[in-house]
Amino acid sequence: MEVHGNPFSTSTQRVLACLYEKDVEFQFVNVDMAGEHKSENFLLLNPFGQVPAFEEGDLKLFESRAITQYISQEYNDKGTQLLLPGSNKTMAVLQLWKEEAHHFNPPSTKLVFELHYKPFFGMATDAAVVEESEAELAKVLDVYEARLAESKYLACDHFTLADLHHLPNIQYLMGSSAKKLFDSRPHVSAWVAVITARPAWSRVLDMQKQKL
Amino acid sequence: MAAIKVHGSPLSTATQRVLACLYEKGVDFQFVSINMAAGEHKSDNFLALNPFGQVPAFEDGDLKLFESRAITHYVAHEYADKGTQLLIPGSNKEAAVLTLWQEVEAQQFNSPSSTLAWELFYKPFFGTATDAAKVEENETKLGKVLDVYETRLSQSRYLASDYFTLADLYHLPNIQCLLATSAKKLLESRPHVNAWVKEITARPAWSKVLAMQKQ
Repeated sequence: MEVHGNPFSTSTQRVLACLYEKDVEFQFVNVDMAGEHKSENFLLLNPFGQVPAFEEGDLKLFESRAITQYISQEYNDKGTQLLLPGSNKTMAVLQLWKEEAHHFNPPSTKLVFELHYKPFFGMATDAAVVEESEAELAKVLDVYEARLAESKYLACDHFTLADLHHLPNIQYLMGSSAKKLFDSRPHVSAWVAVITARPAWSRVLDMQKQKL
Repeated sequence: MAAIKVHGSPLSTATQRVLACLYEKGVDFQFVSINMAAGEHKSDNFLALNPFGQVPAFEDGDLKLFESRAITHYVAHEYADKGTQLLIPGSNKEAAVLTLWQEVEAQQFNSPSSTLAWELFYKPFFGTATDAAKVEENETKLGKVLDVYETRLSQSRYLASDYFTLADLYHLPNIQCLLATSAKKLLESRPHVNAWVKEITARPAWSKVLAMQKQ
């Protein structure tokens, strides 16, 4: 298995977290975000020119959530159980909470860009975007607060891909002024503390230290 | 009374996604119309079905779901043996190709096409002014996505394989909106994309979804 990506990219981290949870061997191929992800070679792996890209034998994949889904199914019997096995009705609950892409992801991605990446690259934060995105994310987190009051993790009583997919954006936001949105909601706050403390996630963060 | 209920609006792209899937599978369902103009999707009753206050919401017996792609995923699996085969059965590697193109729709196609549908289709419908800068920005974004599709569809008859699957179906609602606007040029100017669009929008199940708008 090969993962082509960058340890500072949230999408790459999503895949790395999954691989560490499943405890499967893989080779990490660093992609220099100064432009390597737009090179002809990389475009063969992902025509959208984005990290990560993934290979296993003759299977080539991109889109972090397609990669994590494949890994979780193919290595179902290894490491952490990241799916919700059972009837179609049971599995549907995981699918539902895996749709984080449509509610949590848009405002949190904008905030990560404004509050983490822009300062890191010496660019000016857009306060209006921050305000608007915080308001949007707050509404999503209100729904999460109610859900996590009834369920230990988003989809069920154990950690699954639905929770894992949130880790990269949450980690960056907890290092920014937006952390107040999480801290002020008790069930969300407890869930954040638990999922970010997972050993597999610490291994992802360690990869960033190697690169600095 | 059908065990399956869909709460939504025939004008909502997300609702149409679910309806298309149900018609492809040929399963009975009851449609419960939600009055969006009156704000019914924000009422306490509806929030009990979908706490995000968006259509559609879905019930199958005691299962309650929301998110159109989660609903269609469930329907396609639960009724795998009925109607059109919308999945790719087989190994995890074979199924992964479907998941990939479903993610491409959700992560790459959906955002610019939804913004264009809002600016060029829904806003005029509601009498609000179109934002020309947003249109230009999103036409450029969508153009780049469709360039990838053009290459893919020159190698594969449908996005994920040689037959119609959920990955193609997910695109129908936004594509139908764009075909009624100036943005249709983006689809028509790419030969393989254009051919694919014509095929998928001509499916009988999709015509049934469009017929619901006329009721």
